[in-house]
Amino acid sequence: MKYVLLLVDTDPRPFEERSEEEIGEEMARHGEFDEACRAREGVELVGGEALAGGSAATTLRTRDGEMTVTDGPFAEVAEQLGAYYVLEAPDLDTVIDLCKVLPPYDIDIRPVLDMG
Amino acid sequence: MTSTSGPSSTWADPLGQAVDGLHRREWGRLLALLVARTRRLDLAEDALAEAFARALDRWPDDGIPANPPAWLYTTAHRLILSRLRHEAVAGRKAPLLAVGQGWVPPPEPGDELPDDRLQLILLCCHPALPVAGRSALALRLVLGTPTEQIARLFLVSRPTMAARLTRARRKIVQAGIPLVQPAAVELRSRLDEVCRTVYLAFTAGYRPGPGPDLLRADLAGEAVRLAVLLHQLVPDAPQAHALRALLTLQHARRDARAHRGRLVTLPDQDRTRWHAEEVTEGLALAARLTPTDGYAEELRLQALIAAEHDRAPTASDTRWPVIAARYAELEALTGSSVVRLNRAVAVTEAEGPAAGLALLEGMDPGAVDDHRPALVRAELARRAGMLEEARAAYREALQRCDNEAEHDHLATRLAELTA
Repeated sequence: MKYVLLLVDTDPRPFEERSEEEIGEEMARHGEFDEACRAREGVELVGGEALAGGSAATTLRTRDGEMTVTDGPFAEVAEQLGAYYVLEAPDLDTVIDLCKVLPPYDIDIRPVLDMG
Repeated sequence: MTSTSGPSSTWADPLGQAVDGLHRREWGRLLALLVARTRRLDLAEDALAEAFARALDRWPDDGIPANPPAWLYTTAHRLILSRLRHEAVAGRKAPLLAVGQGWVPPPEPGDELPDDRLQLILLCCHPALPVAGRSALALRLVLGTPTEQIARLFLVSRPTMAARLTRARRKIVQAGIPLVQPAAVELRSRLDEVCRTVYLAFTAGYRPGPGPDLLRADLAGEAVRLAVLLHQLVPDAPQAHALRALLTLQHARRDARAHRGRLVTLPDQDRTRWHAEEVTEGLALAARLTPTDGYAEELRLQALIAAEHDRAPTASDTRWPVIAARYAELEALTGSSVVRLNRAVAVTEAEGPAAGLALLEGMDPGAVDDHRPALVRAELARRAGMLEEARAAYREALQRCDNEAEHDHLATRLAELTA
């Protein structure tokens, strides 16, 4: 199965306000996650990126055929959405287990719909 | 206990009773096996129900087969295979249940059916499922309790319960909640989750409902069956042992808990109506419990409290100091306001109402979201002779109580004080 992991940072401080040690520690955890995925049978890390903050977000809405462009993310949670991963894994328990090495984010594990 | 699980509970003839008994004993094991072999929850459930229906249809003419569970398994399995062929022809492939690492499908059964019920229970009680769906799904899949009965247990309509079950089943498949070999999961925390789920189903049966459904002890009995099964499947798990002891001891009092449409509280219960053999069994289970930690310890302390009540021949023989001490331990472990209330009652019995009322002081009035804090305060104040406080607390409890039978009970108490 394919999953998208939406990582929401629970630390209220923006990235720029954190110390180098803290950022280094956080990055190291992501490195561990990458390694853990490689080591696990049936798991493949398909992709993933860190995202710029909500202040850099642009929202596009289309209503009655009319497209509007506005500043900002469209929801409070999206404001804190810090990164995502796309992961191929055999089951939910495996995903939950792998996420244990990540920093203590709130994580929305969303299965990808099989459109095949 | 009356059967609530069978394909029909109206069977008077021996064959119908035999099928009912098979349903009761074999449903979970057969379903677990079918699910493990086909990884199709939806098809397995329908096919097994159909196999039982065919048994009722055919066995009167063909006679009961030599190995009835094997007949039911084979019939259901063939039905699933036929559905799978239809799907293949129609070009629709439904998603399979996910499976955990190291999982191997069980072999085609011979005379003996393997027992995969623990896998099925763990699947139903997965923490990623909505709480309200877990216990319903466990009753439906593991015991085969009819949806209508589960709806009655939880005091919701049949369509509401059917939708709840459908959502839970769909989530299992969509989210990839896997069938796992029990050794491969973090069994302790998963079993805690299972025990919470079973306990929730049990207490649902004793939550007062409307009219003739004041208590649904028969359905609470279904939860007891789950607890017994769980303990048999994992006899070394302390939480399963404690849960079985607790439910056995509480359920033994079922026939004394209501009388003529009214709730009867523990001190007023006719103890001759308690099921003596179940009390004995529960006491023996409780006697073998040893101190542990976490949720297993919570259950153990609750079981020991239930045991103190059950072993007292009359209400006045109750060893309240022992119960108060157990509640103190339980409160230290859980920090629960409900436990604090119960402890205050026990302390009142052991040391008098002043000591009990002292425990209620400083309690956050909103911590328990029903009429119980006010009720306990009212009862303790009445016993302390503080009648004005008691009346005020009864009025507050009446305002917050939304159950008719309990409402009547409170109104009676208030009237006694006002007279």
